[in-house]
Amino acid sequence: MSTTETTESKTTDGPDGPADSVALYDVDHPAPVIEPPRKRTAKTPKASRGNFEMQTWLFMRLSGIVLVVLVLGHLLIQLVLDGGVSKVGFAFVAGRWASPFWQVWDLLMLWLAMLHGANGLRTVINDYAERDNTRFWLKMLLYAATVFTVLLGTLVIFTFDPNIR
Amino acid sequence: MPAGTLYRGREGMWSWVAHRVTGVLIFFFLFVHVLDTALVRVSPEAYDDTVAIYKTPLVNLMEYGLVAAILFHALNGLRVIAVDFWSKGARYQKQMLWTVMGVWIVLMAGAFYPVLQHTLRELFGS
Repeated sequence: MSTTETTESKTTDGPDGPADSVALYDVDHPAPVIEPPRKRTAKTPKASRGNFEMQTWLFMRLSGIVLVVLVLGHLLIQLVLDGGVSKVGFAFVAGRWASPFWQVWDLLMLWLAMLHGANGLRTVINDYAERDNTRFWLKMLLYAATVFTVLLGTLVIFTFDPNIR
Repeated sequence: MPAGTLYRGREGMWSWVAHRVTGVLIFFFLFVHVLDTALVRVSPEAYDDTVAIYKTPLVNLMEYGLVAAILFHALNGLRVIAVDFWSKGARYQKQMLWTVMGVWIVLMAGAFYPVLQHTLRELFGS
């Protein structure tokens, strides 16, 4: 209560708590303004990272919903229906890719699954690789492997030849 | 480590761990799977010889494990979306996790024979 001795403010504790805080500042002695910690100031760099992380967050959810349908449908056809894995072979693949519908299905599944998985692994690398160099090179390896796999898979779907000998 | 500071989450943390582990496993399988499928551009024999590996008992069992990982990741992913976008999602996250596990067990039981029938028939005849 020592602070109240120098002012004329009331010294009894009110319903809002101790009177000390009331007595410290008044109209003539306003409390100092503390700047919000994340406020953009003149010192904030103009070029920021934008909202890339928010966009990847949204992509994970949107692609996830589509992948539930595409991947579970794929598993049903390849591993569950019509004898399970027994019937899978070159002739079975040729039969399915004769239809543009399944070509588009597989192409969309390839791209969405690879991007969804690559972004997931990017998050995992960012979480656990603590050294800057390690994190950078692991992500470069991830991106290289992702680009290679997506392009290879796309090429295979578009250039598939059922009469190859 | 000071006592009492180790974070030991309950359902929320363990479902997050399982989502991570299954996600990484599925991603690594995806690499292999695109590569083996690319063999259709080499020759029908090269592809069929490689697919024969998928029909061995051990790898067939691993396919059942793959189905388990994908089903959990898919169902729990829908739960994560509900937690993020449904106004009451966070309040019911535990109930939704037990729903996920219930549906997962039913689907895994249903997938047991269809997925493993190749091995079951090979090992036990008929």
